[in-house]
Amino acid sequence: MHAVLMMILQRLGLGILTLFVVSVVIFGATELLPGDLASSLLGQSATPETVAALRQQMGLDQPAPVRYWTWLTGVVQGDFGVSLATRRPISDMMSMRLGNTVFLALYAAAIAVPLSLVLGILAALWRNSLFDRVANAGALSAISFPEFFVAYILIFLLAQSGVFPSMVRISPAMGLTDKLYVTFLPALTLTLVVTAHMMRMTRAAIINLMASPYIEMARLKGVSPLRIVLRHALPNALAPIINVVALNLAYLITGVVVVEVVFVYPGLGQLMVDSVAKRDIAVVQAIALIFASAYVLLNLTADVLSTLTNPRLMRRK
Amino acid sequence: MHNKPTRNSVTRRGLLKGATALGAAGLILPASYRAAQATPNQGGTFRIGLGHGNSTDGYDPGLWDNLYAQVFAASRHNQLIEVDADGQLAPEIAESWESPDGKTWVFRIREGVSFHSGKTVTVEDVIASLNHHRGDDATSAIKQFFDPVTDISADGQNVVVTLDAPNGDFAYLMSDYHLAIMPSVDGRIDPASTDGCGPYVVESYEPGVQASLTRNPDYWKSDRAHFDRVEILAILDSAARLNALMTGQVDLIDQIDPATIGMLEARNVANILSIPGNAHYVFPMDSRAAPFNDNNVRLALKYAIDRQEMVDKILGGHGAVSNDNPIGPANRYFHADMEAKTFDPDRARFHLREAGMESLSVDLHVADAAFSGAVDAGALFAETAAQSGININLVREPNDGYWDNVWMQKPFCASYWGGRAVEDHMFTTGYATGASWNDSFWSNERFDELLVMARSEINEDLRREMYQEMQQIVSFEGSVIIPMNNNFVMATAQNVVTPEQVSANWNLDGFRCVERWWFA
Repeated sequence: MHAVLMMILQRLGLGILTLFVVSVVIFGATELLPGDLASSLLGQSATPETVAALRQQMGLDQPAPVRYWTWLTGVVQGDFGVSLATRRPISDMMSMRLGNTVFLALYAAAIAVPLSLVLGILAALWRNSLFDRVANAGALSAISFPEFFVAYILIFLLAQSGVFPSMVRISPAMGLTDKLYVTFLPALTLTLVVTAHMMRMTRAAIINLMASPYIEMARLKGVSPLRIVLRHALPNALAPIINVVALNLAYLITGVVVVEVVFVYPGLGQLMVDSVAKRDIAVVQAIALIFASAYVLLNLTADVLSTLTNPRLMRRK
Repeated sequence: MHNKPTRNSVTRRGLLKGATALGAAGLILPASYRAAQATPNQGGTFRIGLGHGNSTDGYDPGLWDNLYAQVFAASRHNQLIEVDADGQLAPEIAESWESPDGKTWVFRIREGVSFHSGKTVTVEDVIASLNHHRGDDATSAIKQFFDPVTDISADGQNVVVTLDAPNGDFAYLMSDYHLAIMPSVDGRIDPASTDGCGPYVVESYEPGVQASLTRNPDYWKSDRAHFDRVEILAILDSAARLNALMTGQVDLIDQIDPATIGMLEARNVANILSIPGNAHYVFPMDSRAAPFNDNNVRLALKYAIDRQEMVDKILGGHGAVSNDNPIGPANRYFHADMEAKTFDPDRARFHLREAGMESLSVDLHVADAAFSGAVDAGALFAETAAQSGININLVREPNDGYWDNVWMQKPFCASYWGGRAVEDHMFTTGYATGASWNDSFWSNERFDELLVMARSEINEDLRREMYQEMQQIVSFEGSVIIPMNNNFVMATAQNVVTPEQVSANWNLDGFRCVERWWFA
């Protein structure tokens, strides 16, 4: 167990370093974008005088390294600061949206992960059967369509007939059943988008092992095919599957802005896009850090889990 | 000069009748729709889905810049003066106003009005609300309105505004949507407060998502604000907006894509309102830069554009041809009898030759940020201009940063105007020499002279003459191509009733749909 703990600590240290690099890169990238917050806030009505006055009010007349340092010292003390655009505390702005994003990601994952594992295992079990082909073709077509197209098709089929709402109006006060009902369409869209990747990885990893001598041994001693897959092949195939699941979970948290727009879902993606458009760097940085943390933590979890599933890695010195 | 709203009524009404007739022709309403308008019903939750609203929207009235902020503001605030559905000034927090000389303006503040917090609206609140937009450190988008203001002071129940030069239309400026009356704290308003004296009280607000408001039980206007609750939702995706309306999740949406209007009508689930106003789409040319510094080149381009085709294809018919005139048919002194510029390739060639050219090649910078359909409009322009030997090279710009990097930076681009209720307001902000939004960097001595004279002219006929001459100058010597006036197109659920006359001043009944409309 000691080795695992060491690895977690090491990874967390590296993760913090990654977050720091990400924040520098994001800050630099937003600096490169043309225009700044003052001019985008005023838009068409920006005149040199009002822009100058606004810039001074917001501290945008300071040099970039100074602004970065002020921001960094704040974040290290746990203070994300206030949005430059709205003057609201960033933690307030993000908390509800982060909750929504995580809720939707978990909802979609709760459908997609079991679904793709079962489909993948069955597809491996009945390789080259009609079921395998249909499942593959279906999953691949779903992933090949752009997300918004899948979303519109679902709206056309399920929302215009009045079964599910086309627009998600979600509030913290809602009960879980209501929440699950109103967010069903976006969750289904995301499920369709991520299932193919996980399912095909599961199938490929298992089929890969099915050619191994020890599987042949099991087959020769008369073990049933289902038992071979579940008892003998699957444990050894877990590492790649776990990695792919982690990657897809990270995607569900960070990459769903298109789905958010189509279903009017108030998640972090929309906030990120709005903030980039307005050059509200403080908010962009905060969200980027959350997204980067999601990647770091999910990858860490995936690594730890795959190590735990593989005794050889546990013993390695 | 006594500026009670009845002033100018004869001439203005006459003009407006014409404009209303035009408006009625443009309104696409089922016959039963108009007949259903009787006494307004009280009650219901009015849900509005708008194609605007960002998570970065703030509360500061000086920075309100999109329809979401405007409608949300009209739901919770009042102003000194309201522009009514006929385009006339109507008293709101200012009970009446007058100016003996156009320089000193006296606004009498209505008594017995209170903010949502229960505090009474005082003269101090009004002064603080105005001062928020005034002064060197002000960040308001309408700071320039207050440049000529030398003093704002209290006199009993009156607010006295002193200008450095007469301006007969100053009261009109006070109807601007930025000028919400908010409570004063130590002489300043708190720009982060949602407290107002308007029709609805803010219950919750999440920028870029939604605002919920309940009816202000103490609202001083007894014949307004018919809904119990108002919910304003930001739905940026136009398909999502249409879906929300069709599935009954909202009662009103704005910005209908012209291509989908036919389909929406065929479904018979919504009423479509198409309101002709002063809003217009423009192609400004930098009059300082060659070749646009030659008026013949500008005229050649003006004759090389097919305005009717633009209206038909870009606006889907929901608009009208404009004669390069920023003053629209809903304005008081609209010059309707100017020589119309039709699509005329020969005439365009003639002007090119006058400029000493056989052919012309220019870059036109466009993005849909300028107006929806701007890229298509540019392509259409390039197509028709080619017939006159003018090669328009379309440069597609990103939406992001368009107003920073393209507009007023590139010599030839696309832009839009919401239009203004007053000629002076429009000309002063967009066409006077050195004006901050003079996007063609145009300067005309005679125009500037007329602008100052007209501002203080009391004789109605002379004033009309001056404004018409200015329109003539802008149209034939100006540096902005204005091919079309776009209608405000919106769609409502079938149980939403609008008054006989819907304001053409701004979108959504001058942002006042929340207090002027009701459920059948």
